Amino acid sequence: MIIKIENLSYVYSPNTPFEIKALDNVSLTINEGEFIGLIGHTGSGKSTLVQHLNGLIKPTSGRVVVDGIDTSGDRADLLKVRQKVGLVFQYPEHQLFEETVYKDIAFGPKNLGLKEEEINLRVKKAMEAVGLDYDKLKDRSPFELSGGQKRRVAIAGVLAMNPKVLILDEPTAGLDPRGRDEILTGLKRLYDEENITIILVSHSMEEVARFVNRIIVMHKGKIAMDGSTKEVFKEQQKLEELGLGIPQITQFMRKYRIKGNDVDDTVITVEEAKRELINYLRRKEND
Amino acid sequence: MIRNITIGQFFPTNSVIHRLDPRIKIIITFMFIVSLFFITSFYPYLLILIFLILTIKLSKVPFIYVLKGLKPLLLIIIITFLINIFMTKGEVILSIGPLNIAREGIRQAVFMALRLIFLVMGTSLLTLTTSPISLTDGIEKLLSPLKKIGVPAHEIAMMMTIALRFIPTLLEETDKIMKAQMARGADFESGNIINRAKNLVPLLVPLFINAFRRADELAVAMEARCYRGGENRTRMRELKLGRNDIIAISFSIIFFVFIASTRYINIRGLI
Repeated sequence: MIIKIENLSYVYSPNTPFEIKALDNVSLTINEGEFIGLIGHTGSGKSTLVQHLNGLIKPTSGRVVVDGIDTSGDRADLLKVRQKVGLVFQYPEHQLFEETVYKDIAFGPKNLGLKEEEINLRVKKAMEAVGLDYDKLKDRSPFELSGGQKRRVAIAGVLAMNPKVLILDEPTAGLDPRGRDEILTGLKRLYDEENITIILVSHSMEEVARFVNRIIVMHKGKIAMDGSTKEVFKEQQKLEELGLGIPQITQFMRKYRIKGNDVDDTVITVEEAKRELINYLRRKEND
Repeated sequence: MIRNITIGQFFPTNSVIHRLDPRIKIIITFMFIVSLFFITSFYPYLLILIFLILTIKLSKVPFIYVLKGLKPLLLIIIITFLINIFMTKGEVILSIGPLNIAREGIRQAVFMALRLIFLVMGTSLLTLTTSPISLTDGIEKLLSPLKKIGVPAHEIAMMMTIALRFIPTLLEETDKIMKAQMARGADFESGNIINRAKNLVPLLVPLFINAFRRADELAVAMEARCYRGGENRTRMRELKLGRNDIIAISFSIIFFVFIASTRYINIRGLI
Protein backbone atom coordinates (compact mmCIF):
# COMPACT_ATOMS: atom_id res chain seq x y z
CA MET A 1 0.00 0.00 0.00
CA ILE A 2 1.39 3.37 -0.98
CA ILE A 3 -1.37 5.84 -0.11
CA LYS A 4 -3.75 5.49 2.79
CA ILE A 5 -6.69 7.83 3.26
CA GLU A 6 -8.55 7.67 6.56
CA ASN A 7 -11.93 9.33 7.20
CA LEU A 8 -11.01 12.30 5.06
CA SER A 9 -13.40 15.25 5.00
CA TYR A 10 -12.90 18.65 3.42
CA VAL A 11 -15.03 21.80 3.52
CA TYR A 12 -14.51 24.77 1.19
CA SER A 13 -15.05 28.30 2.60
CA PRO A 14 -16.27 27.15 6.01
CA ASN A 15 -18.69 29.44 7.91
CA THR A 16 -19.76 31.48 4.89
CA PRO A 17 -22.82 31.19 2.66
CA PHE A 18 -20.50 29.63 0.09
CA GLU A 19 -19.66 26.67 2.35
CA ILE A 20 -19.41 23.41 0.42
CA LYS A 21 -18.63 19.99 1.79
CA ALA A 22 -16.43 18.62 -0.97
CA LEU A 23 -15.34 15.39 0.69
CA ASP A 24 -17.36 13.48 3.24
CA ASN A 25 -15.61 10.86 5.31
CA VAL A 26 -13.64 9.18 2.55
CA SER A 27 -11.48 6.15 3.36
CA LEU A 28 -9.37 4.53 0.70
CA THR A 29 -6.13 2.69 0.11
CA ILE A 30 -4.15 2.83 -3.06
CA ASN A 31 -1.68 0.04 -3.68
CA GLU A 32 1.58 0.10 -5.54
CA GLY A 33 1.28 -0.84 -9.20
CA GLU A 34 -2.40 -0.07 -9.62
CA PHE A 35 -3.79 1.80 -12.61
CA ILE A 36 -6.85 3.49 -11.17
CA GLY A 37 -9.63 5.30 -12.99
CA LEU A 38 -11.28 7.96 -10.82
CA ILE A 39 -14.64 8.89 -12.26
CA GLY A 40 -17.58 10.95 -11.13
CA HIS A 41 -19.83 13.80 -12.09
CA THR A 42 -18.51 17.38 -12.17
CA GLY A 43 -18.38 18.57 -8.56
CA SER A 44 -18.30 15.08 -7.10
CA GLY A 45 -15.04 15.82 -5.27
CA LYS A 46 -12.53 14.12 -7.58
CA SER A 47 -10.23 17.11 -7.93
CA THR A 48 -10.38 17.89 -4.24
CA LEU A 49 -9.49 14.30 -3.44
CA VAL A 50 -6.45 14.17 -5.72
CA GLN A 51 -5.15 17.47 -4.39
CA HIS A 52 -5.09 15.91 -0.94
CA LEU A 53 -2.86 13.14 -2.17
CA ASN A 54 0.18 15.37 -2.45
CA GLY A 55 -0.60 17.79 0.34
CA LEU A 56 -1.79 20.74 -1.74
CA ILE A 57 -4.91 20.75 0.38
CA LYS A 58 -4.87 19.93 4.07
CA PRO A 59 -7.73 17.78 5.37
CA THR A 60 -10.46 19.48 7.40
CA SER A 61 -10.57 16.22 9.31
CA GLY A 62 -9.08 12.78 8.83
CA ARG A 63 -5.66 12.08 7.41
CA VAL A 64 -3.73 11.13 4.32
CA VAL A 65 -0.55 9.08 4.58
CA VAL A 66 1.73 8.72 1.57
CA ASP A 67 4.42 6.06 1.83
CA GLY A 68 4.51 6.51 5.60
CA ILE A 69 4.49 10.32 5.55
CA ASP A 70 1.51 12.28 6.84
CA THR A 71 0.63 15.08 4.40
CA SER A 72 -0.25 17.52 7.16
CA GLY A 73 3.40 17.61 8.21
CA ASP A 74 5.94 20.43 7.75
CA ARG A 75 7.49 21.70 4.54
CA ALA A 76 10.32 19.18 4.34
CA ASP A 77 7.79 16.36 4.57
CA LEU A 78 5.60 18.00 1.97
CA LEU A 79 8.45 18.27 -0.52
CA LYS A 80 9.05 14.54 -0.08
CA VAL A 81 5.37 13.79 -0.61
CA ARG A 82 5.23 15.99 -3.70
CA GLN A 83 8.24 14.21 -5.12
CA LYS A 84 6.58 10.83 -4.58
CA VAL A 85 3.17 11.87 -5.86
CA GLY A 86 3.23 13.79 -9.12
CA LEU A 87 0.03 15.67 -9.91
CA VAL A 88 -0.83 16.84 -13.42
CA PHE A 89 -3.68 19.34 -13.27
CA GLN A 90 -6.38 19.82 -15.85
CA TYR A 91 -5.06 21.84 -18.82
CA PRO A 92 -1.51 21.62 -17.48
CA GLU A 93 -0.18 23.57 -20.46
CA HIS A 94 -1.54 26.70 -18.76
CA GLN A 95 1.30 26.58 -16.23
CA LEU A 96 4.20 26.58 -18.68
CA PHE A 97 6.36 29.63 -18.10
CA GLU A 98 10.00 29.12 -19.11
CA GLU A 99 11.76 30.27 -22.26
CA THR A 100 12.61 26.80 -23.44
CA VAL A 101 11.05 23.38 -23.18
CA TYR A 102 14.18 22.11 -21.44
CA LYS A 103 14.07 24.76 -18.71
CA ASP A 104 10.39 24.21 -18.07
CA ILE A 105 10.75 20.48 -17.58
CA ALA A 106 13.86 21.06 -15.45
CA PHE A 107 11.90 23.29 -13.05
CA GLY A 108 10.74 20.42 -10.85
CA PRO A 109 14.05 18.55 -10.57
CA LYS A 110 15.79 21.89 -9.88
CA ASN A 111 13.47 22.50 -6.95
CA LEU A 112 14.49 19.11 -5.61
CA GLY A 113 18.07 20.39 -5.55
CA LEU A 114 19.48 17.84 -8.01
CA LYS A 115 22.79 18.17 -9.84
CA GLU A 116 22.93 19.45 -13.43
CA GLU A 117 23.80 16.04 -14.95
CA GLU A 118 21.00 14.32 -13.10
CA ILE A 119 18.57 17.02 -14.21
CA ASN A 120 19.73 16.63 -17.79
CA LEU A 121 19.16 12.89 -17.63
CA ARG A 122 15.73 13.24 -16.16
CA VAL A 123 14.58 15.83 -18.69
CA LYS A 124 15.72 13.55 -21.50
CA LYS A 125 13.94 10.56 -20.01
CA ALA A 126 10.74 12.47 -19.29
CA MET A 127 10.60 13.82 -22.83
CA GLU A 128 11.14 10.36 -24.20
CA ALA A 129 8.41 8.96 -21.98
CA VAL A 130 5.82 11.36 -23.41
CA GLY A 131 7.10 10.95 -26.96
CA LEU A 132 8.80 14.30 -27.51
CA ASP A 133 12.02 14.55 -29.53
CA TYR A 134 14.68 15.83 -27.12
CA ASP A 135 17.17 17.23 -29.64
CA LYS A 136 14.54 18.84 -31.79
CA LEU A 137 12.41 20.45 -29.10
CA LYS A 138 14.56 21.15 -26.06
CA ASP A 139 15.52 24.68 -27.13
CA ARG A 140 12.14 25.66 -28.56
CA SER A 141 9.81 27.95 -26.66
CA PRO A 142 6.98 25.93 -25.15
CA PHE A 143 4.53 28.59 -26.31
CA GLU A 144 5.10 27.94 -30.00
CA LEU A 145 4.27 24.23 -29.82
CA SER A 146 0.95 22.65 -30.73
CA GLY A 147 -1.69 22.05 -28.06
CA GLY A 148 -0.92 18.36 -27.71
CA GLN A 149 2.82 19.00 -27.56
CA LYS A 150 2.39 21.71 -24.92
CA ARG A 151 0.42 19.32 -22.79
CA ARG A 152 3.07 16.64 -23.13
CA VAL A 153 5.75 19.14 -22.10
CA ALA A 154 3.70 19.91 -18.99
CA ILE A 155 3.28 16.21 -18.20
CA ALA A 156 7.01 15.68 -18.72
CA GLY A 157 7.59 18.47 -16.20
CA VAL A 158 5.86 16.34 -13.57
CA LEU A 159 7.44 13.07 -14.72
CA ALA A 160 10.90 14.61 -14.33
CA MET A 161 10.30 14.58 -10.57
CA ASN A 162 10.40 10.77 -10.81
CA PRO A 163 7.15 10.24 -8.95
CA LYS A 164 6.11 6.81 -7.67
CA VAL A 165 2.47 7.75 -8.15
CA LEU A 166 1.31 9.80 -11.10
CA ILE A 167 -2.08 11.49 -10.92
CA LEU A 168 -3.59 13.04 -14.03
CA ASP A 169 -6.72 15.17 -13.91
CA GLU A 170 -8.42 14.71 -17.28
CA PRO A 171 -5.20 14.67 -19.27
CA THR A 172 -6.96 14.40 -22.62
CA ALA A 173 -9.61 17.11 -22.22
CA GLY A 174 -9.84 19.33 -25.28
CA LEU A 175 -7.35 17.39 -27.40
CA ASP A 176 -7.93 15.98 -30.86
CA PRO A 177 -8.10 12.16 -31.21
CA ARG A 178 -4.45 11.96 -32.19
CA GLY A 179 -3.20 14.06 -29.28
CA ARG A 180 -5.39 11.97 -27.01
CA ASP A 181 -3.97 8.69 -28.28
CA GLU A 182 -0.39 9.91 -27.99
CA ILE A 183 -0.86 10.82 -24.36
CA LEU A 184 -2.76 7.67 -23.41
CA THR A 185 -0.39 5.24 -25.10
CA GLY A 186 2.51 7.13 -23.52
CA LEU A 187 0.91 6.60 -20.14
CA LYS A 188 0.30 2.94 -20.80
CA ARG A 189 3.92 2.44 -21.82
CA LEU A 190 5.06 4.25 -18.70
CA TYR A 191 2.87 2.01 -16.59
CA ASP A 192 4.11 -1.17 -18.23
CA GLU A 193 7.79 -0.29 -18.19
CA GLU A 194 8.39 1.83 -15.11
CA ASN A 195 6.26 0.15 -12.49
CA ILE A 196 4.59 3.46 -11.68
CA THR A 197 1.19 3.73 -10.00
CA ILE A 198 -1.23 5.83 -12.03
CA ILE A 199 -4.49 7.50 -11.07
CA LEU A 200 -6.44 8.75 -14.06
CA VAL A 201 -9.29 11.19 -13.46
CA SER A 202 -11.54 10.97 -16.48
CA HIS A 203 -14.97 11.55 -17.92
CA SER A 204 -14.54 9.11 -20.75
CA MET A 205 -15.64 5.57 -19.97
CA GLU A 206 -13.89 4.31 -23.11
CA GLU A 207 -10.58 5.72 -21.90
CA VAL A 208 -11.03 4.20 -18.47
CA ALA A 209 -12.11 0.83 -19.85
CA ARG A 210 -9.09 0.61 -22.11
CA PHE A 211 -6.39 1.28 -19.58
CA VAL A 212 -7.23 0.98 -15.90
CA ASN A 213 -7.58 -2.07 -13.70
CA ARG A 214 -9.52 -0.52 -10.85
CA ILE A 215 -12.30 2.05 -10.87
CA ILE A 216 -13.29 4.39 -8.07
CA VAL A 217 -16.57 6.23 -8.54
CA MET A 218 -17.19 9.39 -6.54
CA HIS A 219 -20.57 10.93 -5.89
CA LYS A 220 -21.32 14.01 -3.76
CA GLY A 221 -18.02 13.80 -1.90
CA LYS A 222 -18.37 10.12 -1.09
CA ILE A 223 -17.03 6.96 -2.66
CA ALA A 224 -20.00 5.43 -4.44
CA MET A 225 -18.29 2.41 -6.01
CA ASP A 226 -14.85 0.86 -5.88
CA GLY A 227 -13.76 -2.29 -7.66
CA SER A 228 -12.18 -3.86 -10.70
CA THR A 229 -13.07 -2.36 -14.05
CA LYS A 230 -15.32 -5.26 -15.02
CA GLU A 231 -17.12 -5.32 -11.67
CA VAL A 232 -17.94 -1.63 -11.79
CA PHE A 233 -19.08 -1.64 -15.41
CA LYS A 234 -21.44 -4.54 -14.66
CA GLU A 235 -23.64 -2.17 -12.69
CA GLN A 236 -24.97 -0.11 -15.54
CA GLN A 237 -28.07 1.03 -13.72
CA LYS A 238 -26.22 2.31 -10.69
CA LEU A 239 -23.72 4.15 -12.87
CA GLU A 240 -26.52 5.79 -14.81
CA GLU A 241 -28.18 6.89 -11.59
CA LEU A 242 -24.91 8.67 -10.75
CA GLY A 243 -24.99 10.48 -14.08
CA LEU A 244 -22.34 8.23 -15.59
CA GLY A 245 -22.51 5.41 -18.07
CA ILE A 246 -20.75 2.38 -19.40
CA PRO A 247 -18.56 2.14 -22.49
CA GLN A 248 -20.55 2.21 -25.73
CA ILE A 249 -19.20 -1.17 -26.76
CA THR A 250 -20.44 -2.77 -23.55
CA GLN A 251 -23.83 -1.20 -24.14
CA PHE A 252 -23.85 -2.63 -27.62
CA MET A 253 -22.93 -6.13 -26.42
CA ARG A 254 -25.66 -6.02 -23.83
CA LYS A 255 -28.30 -5.08 -26.37
CA TYR A 256 -26.98 -7.72 -28.74
CA ARG A 257 -27.32 -10.33 -26.04
CA ILE A 258 -30.87 -9.29 -25.24
CA LYS A 259 -31.71 -9.87 -28.89
CA GLY A 260 -30.98 -13.53 -28.27
CA ASN A 261 -27.31 -13.81 -29.09
CA ASP A 262 -25.32 -15.75 -26.51
CA VAL A 263 -22.30 -13.42 -26.20
CA ASP A 264 -20.33 -12.38 -23.14
CA ASP A 265 -21.69 -8.92 -22.31
CA THR A 266 -19.07 -7.99 -19.74
CA VAL A 267 -16.46 -7.02 -22.33
CA ILE A 268 -15.45 -3.40 -22.07
CA THR A 269 -13.09 -2.67 -24.94
CA VAL A 270 -13.52 -2.80 -28.69
CA GLU A 271 -10.64 -5.28 -28.97
CA GLU A 272 -12.27 -7.73 -26.56
CA ALA A 273 -15.61 -7.30 -28.27
CA LYS A 274 -14.08 -8.09 -31.62
CA ARG A 275 -12.60 -11.32 -30.31
CA GLU A 276 -15.81 -12.28 -28.56
CA LEU A 277 -17.93 -11.62 -31.65
CA ILE A 278 -15.65 -13.62 -33.94
CA ASN A 279 -15.71 -16.49 -31.47
CA TYR A 280 -19.46 -16.28 -31.20
CA LEU A 281 -20.00 -16.30 -34.96
CA ARG A 282 -17.65 -19.30 -35.31
CA ARG A 283 -19.49 -21.17 -32.57
CA LYS A 284 -22.75 -20.48 -34.32
CA GLU A 285 -21.45 -21.69 -37.65
CA ASN A 286 -20.21 -24.93 -36.12
CA ASP A 287 -23.55 -25.73 -34.53
CA MET B 1 -5.08 31.86 1.45
CA ILE B 2 -6.23 34.37 -1.19
CA ARG B 3 -9.85 33.54 -0.59
CA ASN B 4 -9.94 35.48 2.68
CA ILE B 5 -10.24 38.88 1.05
CA THR B 6 -13.69 40.30 1.77
CA ILE B 7 -13.27 43.81 0.37
CA GLY B 8 -15.23 43.93 -2.84
CA GLN B 9 -17.01 40.69 -2.14
CA PHE B 10 -20.75 40.35 -2.42
CA PHE B 11 -22.65 38.63 0.38
CA PRO B 12 -26.04 37.55 -0.94
CA THR B 13 -29.04 37.83 1.42
CA ASN B 14 -32.40 39.19 0.47
CA SER B 15 -32.51 42.12 2.89
CA VAL B 16 -33.96 45.63 2.67
CA ILE B 17 -30.47 47.02 2.19
CA HIS B 18 -29.72 44.59 -0.63
CA ARG B 19 -32.89 45.62 -2.43
CA LEU B 20 -32.16 49.36 -2.30
CA ASP B 21 -31.36 51.03 -5.60
CA PRO B 22 -27.60 50.87 -6.20
CA ARG B 23 -27.51 54.57 -7.06
CA ILE B 24 -28.98 55.41 -3.67
CA LYS B 25 -26.47 53.19 -1.93
CA ILE B 26 -23.56 54.75 -3.80
CA ILE B 27 -24.74 58.26 -2.94
CA ILE B 28 -25.28 57.34 0.71
CA THR B 29 -21.81 55.78 0.90
CA PHE B 30 -20.36 58.88 -0.65
CA MET B 31 -22.12 61.11 1.91
CA PHE B 32 -20.94 58.76 4.63
CA ILE B 33 -17.30 59.16 3.55
CA VAL B 34 -17.48 62.93 3.26
CA SER B 35 -19.22 63.34 6.59
CA LEU B 36 -16.51 61.27 8.31
CA PHE B 37 -14.01 63.96 7.44
CA PHE B 38 -16.14 66.67 9.03
CA ILE B 39 -16.13 65.02 12.41
CA THR B 40 -14.05 66.75 15.07
CA SER B 41 -15.43 65.29 18.31
CA PHE B 42 -16.34 61.88 19.65
CA TYR B 43 -20.13 62.11 19.90
CA PRO B 44 -20.70 62.09 16.12
CA TYR B 45 -18.55 58.96 15.93
CA LEU B 46 -20.91 57.31 18.35
CA LEU B 47 -23.82 58.20 16.07
CA ILE B 48 -21.93 56.86 13.06
CA LEU B 49 -21.28 53.63 14.95
CA ILE B 50 -24.98 53.26 15.77
CA PHE B 51 -25.80 53.98 12.12
CA LEU B 52 -23.36 51.30 10.97
CA ILE B 53 -24.61 48.69 13.44
CA LEU B 54 -28.22 49.34 12.46
CA THR B 55 -27.41 49.09 8.76
CA ILE B 56 -25.46 45.87 9.25
CA LYS B 57 -28.34 44.42 11.26
CA LEU B 58 -30.79 45.37 8.53
CA SER B 59 -28.56 43.91 5.82
CA LYS B 60 -28.41 40.51 7.57
CA VAL B 61 -24.70 40.27 6.78
CA PRO B 62 -22.92 38.62 9.75
CA PHE B 63 -21.10 41.25 11.78
CA ILE B 64 -17.89 39.21 11.71
CA TYR B 65 -17.95 39.36 7.93
CA VAL B 66 -17.89 43.15 7.88
CA LEU B 67 -15.06 43.18 10.42
CA LYS B 68 -13.07 40.74 8.28
CA GLY B 69 -12.81 43.46 5.65
CA LEU B 70 -10.56 45.31 8.12
CA LYS B 71 -7.97 42.56 8.18
CA PRO B 72 -5.95 43.51 5.12
CA LEU B 73 -5.88 47.13 6.31
CA LEU B 74 -4.95 46.34 9.88
CA LEU B 75 -1.30 47.17 9.29
CA ILE B 76 -2.12 50.58 7.80
CA ILE B 77 -4.46 51.34 10.67
CA ILE B 78 -1.82 50.40 13.23
CA ILE B 79 0.90 52.43 11.48
CA THR B 80 -1.38 55.48 11.29
CA PHE B 81 -2.19 55.02 14.94
CA LEU B 82 1.48 54.82 15.96
CA ILE B 83 2.59 57.76 13.83
CA ASN B 84 -0.15 59.93 15.24
CA ILE B 85 0.43 58.92 18.82
CA PHE B 86 4.16 59.69 18.72
CA MET B 87 4.40 62.57 16.27
CA THR B 88 1.71 64.88 17.63
CA LYS B 89 3.13 67.61 19.82
CA GLY B 90 1.42 68.80 22.96
CA GLU B 91 1.24 68.24 26.69
CA VAL B 92 3.52 65.24 27.33
CA ILE B 93 1.99 62.67 29.65
CA LEU B 94 4.30 59.69 29.05
CA SER B 95 7.74 59.28 27.59
CA ILE B 96 9.43 56.05 26.57
CA GLY B 97 13.08 56.76 25.77
CA PRO B 98 13.21 59.39 23.08
CA LEU B 99 9.52 58.98 22.29
CA ASN B 100 6.94 61.24 23.84
CA ILE B 101 3.26 60.63 24.03
CA ALA B 102 1.12 63.71 24.29
CA ARG B 103 -2.49 63.95 25.38
CA GLU B 104 -3.30 65.46 21.99
CA GLY B 105 -1.44 62.58 20.35
CA ILE B 106 -3.65 59.94 21.93
CA ARG B 107 -6.73 61.83 20.92
CA GLN B 108 -5.49 62.32 17.39
CA ALA B 109 -4.42 58.66 17.05
CA VAL B 110 -7.72 57.24 18.25
CA PHE B 111 -9.48 59.68 15.97
CA MET B 112 -7.60 58.69 12.88
CA ALA B 113 -7.88 54.97 13.63
CA LEU B 114 -11.65 55.27 14.14
CA ARG B 115 -11.98 57.26 10.93
CA LEU B 116 -10.15 54.59 8.93
CA ILE B 117 -12.07 51.73 10.53
CA PHE B 118 -15.44 53.36 9.83
CA LEU B 119 -14.33 54.22 6.32
CA VAL B 120 -13.48 50.62 5.51
CA MET B 121 -16.57 49.23 7.22
CA GLY B 122 -18.90 51.64 5.44
CA THR B 123 -17.47 51.04 2.01
CA SER B 124 -17.23 47.28 2.38
CA LEU B 125 -20.85 47.32 3.47
CA LEU B 126 -21.66 48.82 0.05
CA THR B 127 -19.93 46.03 -1.84
CA LEU B 128 -21.18 43.34 0.52
CA THR B 129 -24.79 44.31 -0.10
CA THR B 130 -24.62 45.25 -3.79
CA SER B 131 -23.86 42.74 -6.50
CA PRO B 132 -21.05 43.87 -8.81
CA ILE B 133 -23.43 44.05 -11.74
CA SER B 134 -25.91 46.36 -10.05
CA LEU B 135 -23.01 48.38 -8.64
CA THR B 136 -21.67 49.14 -12.08
CA ASP B 137 -25.22 49.71 -13.36
CA GLY B 138 -25.58 52.31 -10.64
CA ILE B 139 -22.27 53.94 -11.51
CA GLU B 140 -23.19 54.05 -15.17
CA LYS B 141 -26.51 55.72 -14.40
CA LEU B 142 -24.92 58.20 -12.03
CA LEU B 143 -22.27 59.12 -14.57
CA SER B 144 -24.64 59.33 -17.52
CA PRO B 145 -25.38 63.08 -17.13
CA LEU B 146 -21.65 63.58 -17.71
CA LYS B 147 -21.89 61.95 -21.15
CA LYS B 148 -22.69 65.37 -22.52
CA ILE B 149 -19.24 66.64 -21.67
CA GLY B 150 -17.60 63.55 -23.18
CA VAL B 151 -17.30 61.20 -20.21
CA PRO B 152 -17.60 57.65 -21.63
CA ALA B 153 -19.98 56.50 -18.89
CA HIS B 154 -21.00 53.24 -20.51
CA GLU B 155 -17.44 52.26 -21.38
CA ILE B 156 -16.24 52.98 -17.86
CA ALA B 157 -19.06 50.90 -16.41
CA MET B 158 -18.42 48.05 -18.85
CA MET B 159 -14.72 48.03 -18.01
CA MET B 160 -15.55 47.90 -14.32
CA THR B 161 -18.06 45.11 -14.84
CA ILE B 162 -15.51 43.07 -16.74
CA ALA B 163 -12.76 43.78 -14.24
CA LEU B 164 -15.00 42.80 -11.32
CA ARG B 165 -16.27 39.78 -13.19
CA PHE B 166 -12.74 38.48 -13.64
CA ILE B 167 -11.45 38.99 -10.10
CA PRO B 168 -12.74 35.60 -8.88
CA THR B 169 -11.61 33.94 -12.11
CA LEU B 170 -8.12 35.32 -11.71
CA LEU B 171 -8.02 34.38 -8.03
CA GLU B 172 -9.05 30.85 -8.92
CA GLU B 173 -6.46 30.74 -11.67
CA THR B 174 -3.75 32.04 -9.34
CA ASP B 175 -4.68 29.37 -6.87
CA LYS B 176 -4.53 26.67 -9.52
CA ILE B 177 -1.21 27.74 -11.03
CA MET B 178 0.30 28.12 -7.56
CA LYS B 179 -0.77 24.60 -6.73
CA ALA B 180 0.50 23.25 -10.03
CA GLN B 181 3.92 24.80 -9.44
CA MET B 182 3.92 23.70 -5.81
CA ALA B 183 3.27 20.18 -7.05
CA ARG B 184 6.57 20.58 -8.90
CA GLY B 185 8.30 21.61 -5.69
CA ALA B 186 8.02 25.40 -6.04
CA ASP B 187 8.10 27.41 -2.86
CA PHE B 188 6.10 30.61 -2.50
CA GLU B 189 6.24 31.01 1.23
CA SER B 190 9.83 31.06 2.47
CA GLY B 191 13.08 32.81 1.63
CA ASN B 192 14.07 36.48 1.68
CA ILE B 193 12.29 39.16 -0.29
CA ILE B 194 14.45 38.92 -3.43
CA ASN B 195 14.12 35.15 -3.61
CA ARG B 196 10.41 35.39 -3.04
CA ALA B 197 10.05 37.86 -5.88
CA LYS B 198 12.07 35.54 -8.11
CA ASN B 199 9.92 32.60 -7.12
CA LEU B 200 6.86 34.47 -8.35
CA VAL B 201 7.97 34.24 -12.00
CA PRO B 202 6.51 30.72 -12.49
CA LEU B 203 3.23 32.13 -11.19
CA LEU B 204 3.09 35.50 -12.94
CA VAL B 205 4.12 34.46 -16.45
CA PRO B 206 1.33 31.89 -16.91
CA LEU B 207 -1.14 34.19 -15.15
CA PHE B 208 -0.48 37.04 -17.60
CA ILE B 209 -0.49 34.80 -20.64
CA ASN B 210 -3.82 33.31 -19.59
CA ALA B 211 -5.29 36.74 -18.83
CA PHE B 212 -4.43 37.98 -22.31
CA ARG B 213 -5.79 34.83 -23.89
CA ARG B 214 -9.00 35.30 -21.92
CA ALA B 215 -9.30 38.95 -22.90
CA ASP B 216 -8.93 37.97 -26.53
CA GLU B 217 -11.60 35.30 -26.29
CA LEU B 218 -13.96 37.64 -24.47
CA ALA B 219 -13.53 40.35 -27.11
CA VAL B 220 -14.34 37.89 -29.87
CA ALA B 221 -17.33 36.54 -27.97
CA MET B 222 -18.68 40.07 -27.43
CA GLU B 223 -18.22 40.98 -31.06
CA ALA B 224 -19.91 37.76 -32.11
CA ARG B 225 -22.94 39.04 -30.20
CA CYS B 226 -22.76 42.39 -31.98
CA TYR B 227 -21.55 44.46 -29.05
CA ARG B 228 -20.90 48.01 -30.22
CA GLY B 229 -20.78 50.06 -27.05
CA GLY B 230 -23.55 51.75 -25.11
CA GLU B 231 -25.39 53.45 -27.97
CA ASN B 232 -29.08 52.48 -28.01
CA ARG B 233 -28.44 49.60 -25.66
CA THR B 234 -31.44 48.61 -23.57
CA ARG B 235 -31.19 46.75 -20.31
CA MET B 236 -32.92 43.80 -18.79
CA ARG B 237 -33.44 45.39 -15.41
CA GLU B 238 -34.25 49.10 -15.43
CA LEU B 239 -33.34 50.93 -12.27
CA LYS B 240 -36.40 52.45 -10.62
CA LEU B 241 -36.60 54.32 -7.34
CA GLY B 242 -39.02 52.81 -4.86
CA ARG B 243 -40.55 54.00 -1.60
CA ASN B 244 -37.71 52.51 0.44
CA ASP B 245 -35.15 54.33 -1.67
CA ILE B 246 -36.82 57.67 -0.99
CA ILE B 247 -37.00 56.95 2.73
CA ALA B 248 -33.35 55.85 2.84
CA ILE B 249 -32.01 58.83 0.95
CA SER B 250 -34.12 61.35 2.91
CA PHE B 251 -33.05 59.93 6.23
CA SER B 252 -29.41 59.79 5.12
CA ILE B 253 -29.36 63.39 3.92
CA ILE B 254 -30.72 64.61 7.26
CA PHE B 255 -28.39 62.33 9.23
CA PHE B 256 -25.18 63.14 7.41
CA VAL B 257 -25.87 66.87 7.18
CA PHE B 258 -26.33 66.79 10.93
CA ILE B 259 -23.06 64.85 11.36
CA ALA B 260 -21.21 67.32 9.17
CA SER B 261 -22.76 70.28 10.95
CA THR B 262 -21.35 69.12 14.30
CA ARG B 263 -18.07 70.55 13.14
CA TYR B 264 -19.59 74.03 13.38
CA ILE B 265 -22.11 73.65 16.19
CA ASN B 266 -21.37 72.56 19.71
CA ILE B 267 -23.78 69.63 20.09
CA ARG B 268 -23.17 69.26 23.75
CA GLY B 269 -24.67 72.67 23.99
CA LEU B 270 -27.68 71.45 22.04
CA ILE B 271 -28.26 68.43 24.24
